[in-house]
Amino acid sequence: MSEAQKVNRYELMEKIQMVDFALVDLTLYLDTHPQDSQAIQQFNQLAVESRDLKHVYEQHFGPLRQYGASFSGYPWNWKDTPWPWQL
Amino acid sequence: MWYYEKKLQYPVKVTECNPRLAKYLVEQYGGADGELSAALRYLNQRYTIPDKVIGLLTDIGTEEFAHLEMIATMIYKLTKDATPEQMKEAGLGAHYANHDHALYYNNAAGDPWTATYIAAKGDPIADLYEDIAAEEKARATYQWIINMSDDPCLNDSLKFLREREIIHSQRFREAVEILKFERDRKQIF
Repeated sequence: MSEAQKVNRYELMEKIQMVDFALVDLTLYLDTHPQDSQAIQQFNQLAVESRDLKHVYEQHFGPLRQYGASFSGYPWNWKDTPWPWQL
Repeated sequence: MWYYEKKLQYPVKVTECNPRLAKYLVEQYGGADGELSAALRYLNQRYTIPDKVIGLLTDIGTEEFAHLEMIATMIYKLTKDATPEQMKEAGLGAHYANHDHALYYNNAAGDPWTATYIAAKGDPIADLYEDIAAEEKARATYQWIINMSDDPCLNDSLKFLREREIIHSQRFREAVEILKFERDRKQIF
C-alpha cells in the first residue's frame, strides 16, 4: 500500500464518530418524536454509512465491537491495544 | 445486555499534563451530578417508568456511560505523566497516597461516590423532573470547569459534553409532556 492510499486511523475514526454521533442524537430525538418519517429515513441512511465505515476501519485496525458484533482476525485481536483512551 | 465499542463518543485530546484540572474534572466522574450518577440514575428508573419513556431512559443512560469513558480518558491523559511532586502541588497528594495514578469514583473534594446522589421516587413526573434538574446541574458544572480551564483541546471535548446535557434536558422535558398527554387522554375517556 502506498503512503497516499494508507488509511489514516484518526481521520477514519473521526468520520465514524461523526456518523455515530448523528445516530445517537437521532435515536434520542426519535424516542420522543416517533412519527418523524424524515428523521427515520435519515437514521436508516446513516446506519448504513456507519456499518460501511466500520467495515473499512476493522479491516485495517481490528474489531471495534464486542461479543460477535465484529469478526475476529487470527490470532484473536479483540484484546489488542490501543484502547480508546490510549489512541 | 450491553455491547462495548472500542471508540470514544467524541475525541479527547489534552494539550499537556495538568493534574490540577484533573482534580476538578473528577467532579463529573464520581460527583453528585457526574456521569456515573447520571447513568445509574436513568437506567435504574427504567423499571418503574411508563412504557412510553423506557426507550429514552435506556438510550440516555447508555450515552452517559460513553461520557463517563470520555471523562476517564481526560483524567487519565491529564495525570498519567505527573510526578508525585506534581500530584502533591495539584492538591492530589491525598489521592496519590491512597490510589497512586488510579482513577477513583470521588468528587472534586475527595468524597467517595454514594448512592444517595441518585433519586428514584417511583412517581414518573417526580423522577423525570429529577432527571431534568440533574442535566441542568451537570451542564452548569461543565461550565464552571470550562471557566477554570485554559486547555483549548480539553475545552473542546468539555463543550461537547456540556451541549449533550442541554439535549438530554430537552428530551426529558418532552418525555414529561408525553406522560402528561397520556394522563389527560385517559381522564377524558
